[in-house]
Amino acid sequence: FTLTSFSGETAVDEKIVRTSGSHNCGGRCLIQVHVRDGRIVRISTEDDIPDTPQKPQLRGCLRCRSYRERLYHPDRLKYPMKRVGKRGEGNFERITWDEALDTIAGHTQRIRQQYGPDGIYIQYGWGNSGRVSERVWMERLLGLQGGYLSYYGNYSTACTHMATPYTYGTTNTGNNREDWLNSKVIILLGWNPAETIHGTNTTYYLKRAKAAGAKIITIDPIYSNTAISLADQWIPIRPTTDSALLDAMAYVMITEDLHDQKFLDQYCLGFDEDHMPPGIPAGNSYRSYVLGDSEDNTPKTPAWAEAITGIPQETIIQLAREYATNRPGALIEGYGPQRHAYGEQVVRSGIALAAMTGNVGVKGGWASGSGYQARGNFVASIPAANPHKAQISVFSWPDAIVRGKGMGSELSVKGARQLNSNIKLIFNLGGNCLVTQHADNNGTAKILADENLVEFLVVSEQFLTPSAKFADILLPADNMMERDDIVTPWGWGDYVLYMNKAVDTVFECRNGYDWISDLAGRLGLKEKFTEGRTLEQWLRYLVEETAKKNPGFPSYEEFTRNGVYRWEHKEPAIAFQKQIEDPQNNPFPTPSGKIEIFSSRLWDMKNPREIPAVPKYVPAWEGPEDPLRETYPLQCIGHHYKRRVHSVFDNVDWMEEAGRQEVWVNALDAAERGLNDGELVKVYNDRGIIVLPVKVTSRIMPGVASVPQGAWWMPDAEGVDRRGSINTLTKYHPTPLAFGNPTHTNLVQITRA
Amino acid sequence: MAKQLAFYFEQKHCVGCKTCQIACKDKNNLAVGQLFRRVSEQEGGTYEKRGAAVIPRRVYAFWLSISCNHCVNPACVEHCPTAALQKRAADGIVHIDQERCIGCQTCIKYCPYGAPQFNPDTNKVGKCDFCRDLLAEGKEPVCVSSCPVRTLGYGTLDELREKYGALNQTKGLPNATITQPALVITPHRHAISG
Repeated sequence: FTLTSFSGETAVDEKIVRTSGSHNCGGRCLIQVHVRDGRIVRISTEDDIPDTPQKPQLRGCLRCRSYRERLYHPDRLKYPMKRVGKRGEGNFERITWDEALDTIAGHTQRIRQQYGPDGIYIQYGWGNSGRVSERVWMERLLGLQGGYLSYYGNYSTACTHMATPYTYGTTNTGNNREDWLNSKVIILLGWNPAETIHGTNTTYYLKRAKAAGAKIITIDPIYSNTAISLADQWIPIRPTTDSALLDAMAYVMITEDLHDQKFLDQYCLGFDEDHMPPGIPAGNSYRSYVLGDSEDNTPKTPAWAEAITGIPQETIIQLAREYATNRPGALIEGYGPQRHAYGEQVVRSGIALAAMTGNVGVKGGWASGSGYQARGNFVASIPAANPHKAQISVFSWPDAIVRGKGMGSELSVKGARQLNSNIKLIFNLGGNCLVTQHADNNGTAKILADENLVEFLVVSEQFLTPSAKFADILLPADNMMERDDIVTPWGWGDYVLYMNKAVDTVFECRNGYDWISDLAGRLGLKEKFTEGRTLEQWLRYLVEETAKKNPGFPSYEEFTRNGVYRWEHKEPAIAFQKQIEDPQNNPFPTPSGKIEIFSSRLWDMKNPREIPAVPKYVPAWEGPEDPLRETYPLQCIGHHYKRRVHSVFDNVDWMEEAGRQEVWVNALDAAERGLNDGELVKVYNDRGIIVLPVKVTSRIMPGVASVPQGAWWMPDAEGVDRRGSINTLTKYHPTPLAFGNPTHTNLVQITRA
Repeated sequence: MAKQLAFYFEQKHCVGCKTCQIACKDKNNLAVGQLFRRVSEQEGGTYEKRGAAVIPRRVYAFWLSISCNHCVNPACVEHCPTAALQKRAADGIVHIDQERCIGCQTCIKYCPYGAPQFNPDTNKVGKCDFCRDLLAEGKEPVCVSSCPVRTLGYGTLDELREKYGALNQTKGLPNATITQPALVITPHRHAISG
């Protein structure tokens, strides 16, 4: 653990501590922290095992490698504070922890008594995603205290999380990455894992698949870093139109008889009129919709799709043939295409194509849909149970603040007929989704600033983020380098990591378990909450519970020493392999036991235009066909950026040097507007204005602009956001089925600032 | 010279993530403005509009990840007035003796790769020294061991050339005949000079 190295002539003790990252990153890497005299002097990554294709090192990327700049940032919050002045102005006064916790306890008791559990909300936020993060403890405490209003879904995958089970009955539709070596063609639809880290080493697995012979095609409005480094072909597409492309590919396959009719007959419901549930009128199968034998009388031809997507029809035909004839093949959807006005559709359209090509349940194929890994590895969690069952969609909390009382299923509520109260108390712990990462920053800020609506707002943070500015009580959190924890990847990769505390916590920052235990004491729940355990004893508990279901799992001592445990599986998992190989004994977990290309559950919702029973292209408001384009001619998206994890690292100078916050505009659009590369421009619509530098580039298609997501909302006195938060421009308009965030659905205009 | 150490760059799969750039800054404690390894983007091309269709025409993009190339004929060493810049005989590593450096920045003027970096705090110039302290411990340079896509490597120039060919120049890089960089590149398809 400790080694002696030489710096000049003097021997100095350097301790190497193995830890990981616990921000909401799609990667989980093994980070080695070099500590001298209680200070981190360098950061490296896993290097004690050889780096082999079979067992690649879990290498951290620039985010964790820059971590000293974040940990030792002069703006770290140091003391508990209370708001002075109006909420949201960002003026605070130092207080003691006792005063902070007394105040929080008082308001929590009062609001619970006055409004009940529907008045108390733990806001979405994964700035700390560890097994023993603040939010885990707060969920446990508020559950013990009588419950709270919770949410379903998340800001990343709201639509696919909801829509995929309507077709497959589960979200676990992904094969392990090792299986890509068996694919002949890999189509990445709006997926850029080189930049949005989706699993440590995912890009490396794609590189290996390419070396093994896979042709890689990316479909994306941006010539992404994944496209640059791996793609044989890049096809630019207008945002929100992916379903139109997939429909036209289906048209080509059907009319050229390239589809796998046997597969469809055996495993699917609703592909054609011969395989429909009883009682559904003719013309409602997917085939009828694609061929134009349905109510809209519109064949979904490549020419039809060309006009919508911007993709030339000959390219659509070629793509359909590539995917249909090079089997097995993987059509992998990223999450960007489902973060739009009708994001549910692209998810189900992709699955329809995977089924039409017989790529479900086979090696080298890909079932499409959400793509969460089919094989999970059990890691224990802290017990936390919420006795209150009412839930809202993750995106719908502003409605629950403004008109929560009486709000029901029409506004996303599940688990209760309606809510009994508006949200009155918010705990926002390690998250920036109050403003910045939620939609319509200006509109949301107004709601939050109104003290008659949310009466009390607690934030635990490391910096004065735009969300933290809205705190009534602002608590300084410890940093991930200052705590022990256990973390797992989002799903990509068979391992679990132990985060060893590397350095002492600074100033009056405190660990979540520490202060929430004290809060529990003030609420008369300390004993129940802690069960007499220290944090270390809880971590030992997690290791022991994990070991019970994983024979061979290391002891606590061994796990903390290694910092990592890898599950070794003989074969990559293939989603739905059982259902395909032995369908008699393994129905799909849907009501019909089939892959439901037609869903009776969706049919029964009786909203065929916005929630069709078979996947359809639904033209988006503020999409390419919206007449509003006359005023706001550019579609604006907000792609993920290598230099941040969502909004984390936005204030790190090394990262600004590595990737400036700038709006991407195509050179042709820039020329029309007289914009020069690097100058300040104004991006605006009816919801807001941002001012930031412009990147004039050929890497984004004409007609589309992109503001990399995660920049902190920083309005000036006139309300102009001077940093460039994409959500200053996005709309609070939940999607119809998932009530998800339509982040990439925006029309804007751009001029010189 | 016993051997010449060199970097390998598999440019064709570089994703431009800049992990190497940041790992290098961390290892060398470099303030903003100083980059011992620099990742830069090259891009261009246009689009044809055919009705509603938007067709990319010669759209290209690729990344360069370049540090000091520990050149066979280092212009910096040749022009350094105090002999602070030295080329190590054993392995060809070019390094700067900080005691001798007077911060005149002559090396910066002559290096075609922008490798030497002026440090206004010390009033001296620093640059990549191939992480020779790590090499001495039997470890790889941090840029190499950090690459998430495994596009960076190192070895002797002879070995690397045997394995990957002799290309040491692509679009976006200076003419290799000036200093003969100890660099071997597997080029991106868009970066091949022609």
